[in-house]
Amino acid sequence: MIVEATGLRKAYGSTAVLDGIDLEVAEGSVFALLGPNGAGKTTTIRILSTLTRPDGGQLRVAGFDVVREPAKVRGVISLTGQYAAVDAEQTGRENLVMVGRLMHLGRSAAKVRAAELLERFDLVAAGDRRVKTYSGGMQRRLDLAMSLVAAPKVIFLDEPTTGLDPASRTTMWDAIRDLVRTGTTIFLTTQYLEEADRLADRIMVLDRGKVAAHGTADDLKARVGGDRLDLRFTSAAALDAATALLGGFSDHERLVLSVPSDGTATHLHTVLDDLRAAAVVPAQVSSHRPTLDDVFLALTAREGVPA
Amino acid sequence: MSHAITDSMTMIGRSIRLGRRNVDTLIMSIVLPLLMMALFVYVFGGAINTGTGYINYVVPGIILLCTGYGAAATAMSVADDMTSGMIDRLRSMPIRSFAVLTGHVTASLARNALSTTIVVGAAIAMGFRPSASLSEWVAVAGLLLLYVLALSWLAAGLGAVAKSVESASALSFFMLFLPYLSSAFVPTNTMPSFLRGVSEHQPITPVIETVRGLLTGTPIGDQGWIATAWSVGLLLASFVLATALYRRRVND
Repeated sequence: MIVEATGLRKAYGSTAVLDGIDLEVAEGSVFALLGPNGAGKTTTIRILSTLTRPDGGQLRVAGFDVVREPAKVRGVISLTGQYAAVDAEQTGRENLVMVGRLMHLGRSAAKVRAAELLERFDLVAAGDRRVKTYSGGMQRRLDLAMSLVAAPKVIFLDEPTTGLDPASRTTMWDAIRDLVRTGTTIFLTTQYLEEADRLADRIMVLDRGKVAAHGTADDLKARVGGDRLDLRFTSAAALDAATALLGGFSDHERLVLSVPSDGTATHLHTVLDDLRAAAVVPAQVSSHRPTLDDVFLALTAREGVPA
Repeated sequence: MSHAITDSMTMIGRSIRLGRRNVDTLIMSIVLPLLMMALFVYVFGGAINTGTGYINYVVPGIILLCTGYGAAATAMSVADDMTSGMIDRLRSMPIRSFAVLTGHVTASLARNALSTTIVVGAAIAMGFRPSASLSEWVAVAGLLLLYVLALSWLAAGLGAVAKSVESASALSFFMLFLPYLSSAFVPTNTMPSFLRGVSEHQPITPVIETVRGLLTGTPIGDQGWIATAWSVGLLLASFVLATALYRRRVND
């Protein structure tokens, strides 16, 4: 395990921000910390990247103790924070060379590395322009490129696509997937369920400083039940007849009957054959897999607020 | 050790590059003092009797006013780094992140050296006639560098503690104001007695009196030693303060 935390705790004043978090991240995998604002995602990433001291817990990154050996941890990680850490008045190339020099590459090695990264992140044409002229998506890409100058083992990404338009988000996702292919471990936080679903091997749902659930995207979806079929009818009489025949949950307002399904074509055939035999044919049939939104709402529902 | 030096050099290069490209800062630290000098020489100067051509009296004050603007700009640059993601990036790298302050302070020295040179050049064009010998010019440069270094570290400390760029600007306001309560623009013996107490016991007055004496031959007396003592004391205190405030800010 390249990242390990047990019993991670942090409080600000009397408010517990992290209340006993255990997590493990396998080398070369993508781990997503998912949760609403204020869940403790950023605090977790700041502690693991040595920026904030924890109040308690055992933490190791790449075998180094995060609290006792912060300098060694810094040597093998990189952090891309929530706000692009780029100098607006420097060019993209100057930003990259600066990081290269700070990572103790020689002058010419830093330049070569900057050129490679501009190429890789599709910033060659903009490389010699000041960053203040970049779009939000370009700034995030440069930010990520700056985190890769020294080829870190673990990359921490705090909400890498928050505030980006859909096209820039897709480009960022591609860049992250490319990193995984080179064997880099990615630890990211996100509020977007779709992002965790698309990128992460394992997801941990954090809610008010506690682990609400963890597992693969499929594990989490299985926790809120399997697939379902939605059958739409054109009259309440037809809906009632179908409900009497199949059971399930009927929504009289939308004239939709939802029945549990195993997602196979055989089950769909059986349902439609039964309905045809009873002469209640639905106007529309759709099949639904539970989304992470369903999981998220089910797991993080506040008391008194229906999920 | 060699890494500490190259890290600092990298951050100094960055700060100078950023400073050169930040047009607002350049205008504030160079054009504004020039305008102030024109204002004092051509508008107020005629009504102020200092026993000499007013431009000969006021140039040291304008130079010190300049250092105040330069320091305010430094506080704002540091606050910008502390409140943007940059400080987190630097702190998560295997370097001494304190180099970010060293970079801004050194850039502040460079910016002040430039603005002071321009102010002196403009003053000579406006009729300023210094009588200083080469060694006196060197002494002036040395004292000013020492004072600017002290003020820049103080500004860096204020920038490190400020919650935003705006509050850094507000915190450094007194640096802009202090020259007006000194012998920069009028002799202190023209002030009411309670103000005279303030103006004669703050660091700017001895620095100004020393610079004025070296440049134009007015009597310096023991002001030279007092100015040096103030500058060295302020430098040590500011450096310790900046280090402590920076540590406190980053160890949350």
